[in-house]
Amino acid sequence: MRTTLTVNGERHDLSHDERLSLLDAIRDQIGLTGTKKGCDHGQCGACTVHVNGRRVNSCLTLAAMHDGDEITTIEGLGTPDAPGAMQASFQACDGFQCGFCTAGQIMSASAVLEEIGRGEPSHVSSSLSSIDGMTDGELAERMSGNLCRCSAYPMIRAAIARAAEAAE
Amino acid sequence: MSVSKPLPHDAAKLHVTGTARYVDDIPTPANALHLAFGLSPISAGRIKSMDLDPVRAAPGVVAVWAADDLPGPCDCSPSNHDEPLLSDGTIHYAGQPLFLVAATSHHAARRATRAAQVEYEEAKPILTIDEALAANSRFEDGPRIWSRGDTAGALKDAPHSVEGSIEIGGQEHFYLEGQAALAMPQEGGDMVVHSSTQHPTEIQHKVAEALGLPMHAVRVETRRMGGGFGGKESQGNALAVACSVVAAATGRPARMRYDRDDDFVITGKRHDFRIAYRAGFDDDGRLAAVEFVHWTRCGWSMDLSLPVADRAMLHADNAYFVPNFRIESHRLRTNMQSATAFRGFGGPQGMAAMERVVDHVAHALGRDPLEVRRVNYYAAAGGSAPMPAAPSRDASGQKKTGDGAEAPEVTRGAMEEDATSRGAQSVTPVHEGHAATGVQTTPYGMPVEDFILHEMTDALAERCDYDARRAAVARRNAANPVLKRGIALTPVKFGISFTLTHLNQAGALVHVYQDGSIVMNHGGTEMGQGLFLKVAQVAADRFGVGIEAVKITATDTAKVPNTSATAASSGSDLNGMAVKAACDEIRGRMAAHLAALHQADAGSVRFEDGQVHVGGQVLSFAEAAKECYLGRVSLSATGFYKTPKLEWDRIKGQGRPFFYFAYGAACSEVVVDTLTGEHRILSTHILHDCGRSLNPAVDRGQIEGGFVQGVGWLTSEELVWDDKGRLRTHAPSTYKIPACSDRPDVFEVDLWDGENREETIYRSKAVGEPPFMLGISVLMALSDAVAACGDAYPALDAPATPERVLAAIEGVRGA
Repeated sequence: MRTTLTVNGERHDLSHDERLSLLDAIRDQIGLTGTKKGCDHGQCGACTVHVNGRRVNSCLTLAAMHDGDEITTIEGLGTPDAPGAMQASFQACDGFQCGFCTAGQIMSASAVLEEIGRGEPSHVSSSLSSIDGMTDGELAERMSGNLCRCSAYPMIRAAIARAAEAAE
Repeated sequence: MSVSKPLPHDAAKLHVTGTARYVDDIPTPANALHLAFGLSPISAGRIKSMDLDPVRAAPGVVAVWAADDLPGPCDCSPSNHDEPLLSDGTIHYAGQPLFLVAATSHHAARRATRAAQVEYEEAKPILTIDEALAANSRFEDGPRIWSRGDTAGALKDAPHSVEGSIEIGGQEHFYLEGQAALAMPQEGGDMVVHSSTQHPTEIQHKVAEALGLPMHAVRVETRRMGGGFGGKESQGNALAVACSVVAAATGRPARMRYDRDDDFVITGKRHDFRIAYRAGFDDDGRLAAVEFVHWTRCGWSMDLSLPVADRAMLHADNAYFVPNFRIESHRLRTNMQSATAFRGFGGPQGMAAMERVVDHVAHALGRDPLEVRRVNYYAAAGGSAPMPAAPSRDASGQKKTGDGAEAPEVTRGAMEEDATSRGAQSVTPVHEGHAATGVQTTPYGMPVEDFILHEMTDALAERCDYDARRAAVARRNAANPVLKRGIALTPVKFGISFTLTHLNQAGALVHVYQDGSIVMNHGGTEMGQGLFLKVAQVAADRFGVGIEAVKITATDTAKVPNTSATAASSGSDLNGMAVKAACDEIRGRMAAHLAALHQADAGSVRFEDGQVHVGGQVLSFAEAAKECYLGRVSLSATGFYKTPKLEWDRIKGQGRPFFYFAYGAACSEVVVDTLTGEHRILSTHILHDCGRSLNPAVDRGQIEGGFVQGVGWLTSEELVWDDKGRLRTHAPSTYKIPACSDRPDVFEVDLWDGENREETIYRSKAVGEPPFMLGISVLMALSDAVAACGDAYPALDAPATPERVLAAIEGVRGA
């Protein structure tokens, strides 16, 4: 079947098996390998990308479901010479060790800032109508779907907090 | 100076932009083949019949191999030649590869494996420790036994005693990047292999052996791993061998990566242990004698189980001097994944049991466990404490089970055994008697000359306000019937060096180009621990240039040969010294040439701040390099290092297996919901010894990460096999590693301000594994919280899941 995706602003017309996941489309068909396959069933978060501005685990959704959608991957946030704000913050805070979960962490983190900005509550928010802003507890909860086996969590949290401060 | 600075990771820019390349990201030609194994669903028995024609007929399949189709056994073992790539008909565990599929895509290969028609003759598997003991299913002829003094006598004579046992679960590595390899056939039958491995030389050796090639025909390259933790010391062999066999047979590039579930089911994990103990002590809790029996499930093949079990024995004392000591270690063969290296390599299990003993002793006496720990610590560095009167009888009075227990291992031929593997079994003769007067020795006879835990414990206890908080915990517990708190401060003393003495060597290759840029290569591999950065800092420092002048390159068996695994925390110690030697060689040549050219004394030439000072002249490093080139000076050198002072006889359990010890201490406070067994870590304070740290930022990351991973092992990470030997927790949906939200609410980490008394690279200490065992503080804090629920000793097993904590609470309440 055929699907059209816009990835990082560039249009891709794909011809593919119906069962192709969005993750495999990004990695194998489009050739953007910054998005990683950690567990392939939505538990580790390494494959996180943005679809129309919201974060999703790209291993859990089929490419065919995203015809016409705008996809952003880690490569769309910035480049080594011109990193995006969250990327620069992770770099400044050493928010990684082996780096394999990093793309997912950064994609998730940049979406978290927007979710909080939109006032969307999480499980630890004290009320549904108003959230407490960027507390340590909010960050930890909202990032709990992105596993880091090196447990670089303190540095990851520092990186996100730094980016959040810069954004304010 | 670039050493001792918290410089950022060398690949930071690449990691944050998704441009750092891992094995599965390497582009390959369109004709590359993708591989998958067909796996056994049963854990023991034989293949009655196997029809692979439906697999061959599946879409995208190019070729299929069963064991008979391979060029030979294609052994994947790092030790014992007992791991054929594909089953020879006998099935040893559920998840064992039976056949190999090469197809045009990863999914095509995986789907095709499901089409096989296999009939099995099932046998009753040996799964539990008790089943293995009943069947005498073990590695080595009998248990390994080391002892000092008269343990049986001292246990009988001691005023008090405790006994018990602890179950300690295994652990899945869950490196975020699964196992992966890529083989590219070259002209003349040569092979280039990219492997996500901690041990490129081992991959080179196994691929060469499988293809019947000399090692020089196989080149292995490893730029980085997405985590290793020991799981890529030997477990990558099968993928690399499979890819190479397929690439050689088809002339096409071949790549393979395990999907996460396959990775769980196929590869080995941390060894689980049952450890029984008896301890005799006086009114102050001073230990007179301790006896341990270790039973560990090694799985179906030997892999690295012998040195793992040895290291568990070597850490059975942890930080405590015990005059009479006996350890018996059973290495059991079971129908499960072959347990393998994992951060700490057996040390954590041995150490956790000793901490359990001390905790139990304190409970029996009604004392603060920290008091009992301090009473039993080894004498302080400098060794002013007198040697306790330990009768140094030999082990002849000890029980021996099985005549073979003391027999030396079979020495294998050079080509059969991979001498660069920790599974190799050579024995180094040991000379007796090294301890200076007044220095206490470990049960295996190594003097403890660098013991700093007295000072570290005092400093940590003060900083985390231990005494006041312990009192507060008691007050809260008295007032609160449901939520119980616990606190524990536990020490770590971890031995640094490969216990297979000859592995403690490393090589390096350094080039200086005529523009002053530098390329550095060594045998260590990068898996996120920051090794490449630390070693590059050493190179930059030797030449007095900025870190940006040093190019870090992928580990490559064609550049530095005969390397040891990046393991045993030894990466920086070994490779840092080898790189230093290579740099100093080049620097010496440059100094001599420049001194002659500028009529100065070679000894006065200084390399600093990107400049070279020669007599009154100042050259940029680039100008200096250019002058040396024009003067026909060789600007390339190899470096070599071997760790001094080591000698170790693993059969006798005597000698000095370690160059030095790394120390640490952690204090954790937890709260337990006694209605559900659920628990949280409220705070953790850590003081850790990195000697004079090469890079405090990197070391801090290792400490924090190691601690959290250790806590995962002891609390939430539970491996469950069913009664047929099938692993039921084979994905992160059921196997729970710590997440961002599991970090302690208060988490403070400090580095101990000191330096290594031994001459290591810039007097630093190894840091990869030791902090892992700081996680034991959480298990002991949980034990403390459970103890507040009743009078009996909690005897909490690990992992201390809410289920086990609840059971322990019921236990102490006598429910």
